[in-house]
Amino acid sequence: MSETILRVEDMKVHFPVRVGAGWGGKTLPLKAVDGVSFLLRRGETLGIVGESGCGKSTLGRAILRLIDPTAGQVAWLGEDLASLDKAAMRQKRRQMQIIFQDPLASLDPRLTIGEIIAEPLRELEPTLKRAERRARVEDAMARVGLLPQMINRYPHEFSGGQCQRIGIARAIVVRPALIICDEPVSALDVSVQAQVVNLLMDLQRDLGLSLLFISHDLSVVRHICHRVLVLYLGRVMELASSRALFDQPRHPYTKALISAVPIPDPEVAHRPILLEGDLPSPLAPPSGCVFRTRCRYATDKCAQIRPALEDVDAGGHQVSCHHWKEIAS
Amino acid sequence: MTAAVEQVAGRSLWQDAQHRLRRNRAAVIALMLIIGITALSIVGPWAAPHPYDTLNYDFIAIAPNLAHGFFLGTDAVGRDLFVRILYGVRISLMVALAATTVSLTIGIVYGAVAGYVGGRLDEAMMRVVDVLYSLPFMFFVIILMVVFGRNIILMFLALGAVEWLTMARIVRGQAMSLKNREFIEAAIAAGARTPTIIRRHIIPNLLGPVVVYVTLTIPQVILVESFLSFLGLGVQEPLTSLGVLISEGADEMETAPWMLIFPAATLAVLLFSFNFLGDGVRDALDPKDR
Repeated sequence: MSETILRVEDMKVHFPVRVGAGWGGKTLPLKAVDGVSFLLRRGETLGIVGESGCGKSTLGRAILRLIDPTAGQVAWLGEDLASLDKAAMRQKRRQMQIIFQDPLASLDPRLTIGEIIAEPLRELEPTLKRAERRARVEDAMARVGLLPQMINRYPHEFSGGQCQRIGIARAIVVRPALIICDEPVSALDVSVQAQVVNLLMDLQRDLGLSLLFISHDLSVVRHICHRVLVLYLGRVMELASSRALFDQPRHPYTKALISAVPIPDPEVAHRPILLEGDLPSPLAPPSGCVFRTRCRYATDKCAQIRPALEDVDAGGHQVSCHHWKEIAS
Repeated sequence: MTAAVEQVAGRSLWQDAQHRLRRNRAAVIALMLIIGITALSIVGPWAAPHPYDTLNYDFIAIAPNLAHGFFLGTDAVGRDLFVRILYGVRISLMVALAATTVSLTIGIVYGAVAGYVGGRLDEAMMRVVDVLYSLPFMFFVIILMVVFGRNIILMFLALGAVEWLTMARIVRGQAMSLKNREFIEAAIAAGARTPTIIRRHIIPNLLGPVVVYVTLTIPQVILVESFLSFLGLGVQEPLTSLGVLISEGADEMETAPWMLIFPAATLAVLLFSFNFLGDGVRDALDPKDR
């Protein structure tokens, strides 16, 4: 097994939210991410899946300190990022980059794509000479499949898929070890999604990247990820290798998610497990197991005791459910 | 090898806007009028047959008279009205330019910092603006004039000092909405520091509404200057401005109507042009919100 480059330990991100107006209002913590732990090895892709609002994006941003985490540790090659000051954190940004969901919105409309891709170099490797910087930008563009003569064009002149390639070029230009992909393909057409996903996989192989792949699209996650982390209301429900998770999901929530993936074959009878009700408010999460309000196996125990992440097997499959053994069949 | 490939020059959003502006006939005519009037006010006084401050006792308050070179007549002390109007335009445009520059420089930096940094700094900075806003402007100008004497530089400062407040508010609002855009987050992830982000990403992206506001501020400043001059707080004799000319013309409008009509018409044309140009610029920059 290759070395662990990122270890997230009991990460919590709480946003203070004012409820009620005026003097009568009070501030409640919105627990977007509530005690998430995982580790990521060099060259590995870890998928983070969950519904909208489960804290996927917040988790990614908190690792990069684009949002300050409330508690917990982010160990980067053994060094805690969460306790670094701004200047020291800035130095670390060379090793970890991010790709955003909305390709066009993440590019400054007033800059040419050459300037956009060069920005991380300009900031993080200021000793580079002009020509060297230019060469690195062109190299990054070539790697993502952009023609060098496009360097002076503006973002609005490109399609969504090309904009995402620009975003990827900006991320790889500083030669990072980790890229956090925040739903990088969910704003794209299906045909373009495949190209971008394959591009990411090629880059990962060529550059030895680790990817943190945030997505709600399980078929994409299954295709690209080695391991998958299932989040629900900011907590880890299940963590397993991609194969184990899709073949033998243990958590009732994971089962429901996987059964909801459409099967592109009209002959196959498809009966998804339907979840009742809506996602509870993260301002007032259910006691005990956060999933119990929509779980058909829920018992009194689920309401009282918060389930811990248990090992299912020696292969690193972990699940947080009191009843996983009983519902295994 | 790569050098052999021809590079395609992209079209920036500014170039797009320019293109749209050029197709807007009213705005183009307005722009040409402004350029024409400005050029005339700069070159005209040299070419005109009479200086602006010579009193011609033989030609007091005569109607437009081509034979003696008084194209637009003379005023109550026999000075050539045509040259005086050109001087008036000069002063008005200078005041407008100076006040706008002051308000642009202070307003953009102040507003962008307050809006982007936010929090307590923003609170403090905007309260300062609120306090300055609440000072009655005329009172402020009159006190300045009384303390420091009548001085055209002072008027530039006074106007600029007031105009930047609105500019700062507009810029702050823009900066606050830009702050949450993803490309700002991308810049932070790219390691950009706050001053760089404000300079490279915030300010260029908020210039659109600022340009529109500027084209609408210029006529406003011209109007305020005319108003101050009309009240006798503006420029001093023998220099003149459109406001002064209109004020003098108003005194004589029954016996010598041209003394009112020509400066007033000039002011009106100038203001119309700026307003049309402003509208055109707004449409060009933001084709969606017509």
